[in-house]
Amino acid sequence: MAVEPDLKIELGKQGVFVTTLNELYNWGRRNSVWPMQFGLACCAIEMIATTMARYDLARFGAEVFRPSPRQADLMIISGTVTKKMAPQVVRLYNQMAEPRYVIAMGACAISGGPFKQGYNVLKGIDRYIPVDVHIPGCPPRPEALIHAFMTLQKKIEAQPLTGEARPRHLNAEAQGEFPVPVPSAHDLEPPVNRLVWPLPVPSQGESA
Amino acid sequence: MKTSEQVLSDLQAAMPGVKISLLANPSPSAQHSLLVAAEDALRVAAYLRDQLGYDYCSNVTGVDWLDKETTEKMKTSRTVLKQVDGVEQSVEETVEETVKRIEPGYLEAVYHLFSMKHGPTDPHPPLVIRMRTGNRGDAVELPSLTPVWRSAEFQEREIFDLYGIVFRGHRDLRRLLMWDEFEDHPMRRDYMDPDDYEYEPTPHDEVLKRADQQRLQAVQGGAQ
Ligand code: SF4
Repeated sequence: MAVEPDLKIELGKQGVFVTTLNELYNWGRRNSVWPMQFGLACCAIEMIATTMARYDLARFGAEVFRPSPRQADLMIISGTVTKKMAPQVVRLYNQMAEPRYVIAMGACAISGGPFKQGYNVLKGIDRYIPVDVHIPGCPPRPEALIHAFMTLQKKIEAQPLTGEARPRHLNAEAQGEFPVPVPSAHDLEPPVNRLVWPLPVPSQGESA
Repeated sequence: MKTSEQVLSDLQAAMPGVKISLLANPSPSAQHSLLVAAEDALRVAAYLRDQLGYDYCSNVTGVDWLDKETTEKMKTSRTVLKQVDGVEQSVEETVEETVKRIEPGYLEAVYHLFSMKHGPTDPHPPLVIRMRTGNRGDAVELPSLTPVWRSAEFQEREIFDLYGIVFRGHRDLRRLLMWDEFEDHPMRRDYMDPDDYEYEPTPHDEVLKRADQQRLQAVQGGAQ
């Protein structure tokens, strides 16, 4: 149950601070999302720029990029995911501790982008792991990455601690490990994880 | 300026009997290249590097030439038995026949050479040499030129990976871009990529065809 904003302000004027555990908990979580330090292609350059003085992602609580999946909360898929790299990306994701989030940054990460029909490019990392925020662009500007980051923060803020919609780390039954695709003779096996990526419905209303 | 022709005559003078020929490039750039037989390639490469100063191999790439079918109209004469005035006789007859010929395809490795020692001002224009495999199937071996130009190492690996040319004498011939378990050669012109066209938001041309195909398959598979 959230505290009514007007009441909260009124009480605040009286020197009384009220909040809920849910709010306090999510406030802490959303302001200390530490990304994992890895980049995949040209988009990574923009991600690096985002962390530098001019854009300064640290203002939003992404204080440091952690070089270990164990210490990271956020995976920014910044660039082209080749089919050779995809198993490693999924494995790294598996090694991250909950709560963990994923931003798919740029055309390549969300769909394969300019290399979509290429022989070695995965058509979107969301085929294997759940993605929280997709940002289009080739590459997305740092502002776009910051926007994605803030979108993610809003998402974290809105997560209830109990009930059906609670985050995975509070749900003992939630899937923790995602199958790592195996490289095989012609493609990755399986080519897609249907539990994560059910077949999207074509938007043009055409049916088979 | 030493042209490819001059390099060719140099080579022929230095190594009599060497199997090498000029491949003319009819475009305005006129960048002709030398076609070197596989068995002579190492010798020729060493001579180019040591005697003619081509000490830098900047680029190695592959080309896939599919089997070519040519049709040709030919006039042939043949003897046929014919009834002439009620009597059977053999008569010479000229007929036009269409002959179909299949020229076997091959894979080609192309090396771009420069001279660092002499620089671009000296008469050492960039030189292009090529080697061809016997076919696209079982005779795909070529000698590796990595022993002559070290810079060819990774690029020959790339060609091995993407075109399937096997470089004999290469020190470390493994796939470079694709994973080791992969079996195809994606830059070959008859390569078919896997069917992952199930979701194409804006399909067109070839992609539309593949997407429709896959949707059909999915529907039929679902009906069973
Ligand atoms: S989306 Fe564009 S900028 Fe980003 S990795 Fe792909 S090609 Fe590079």
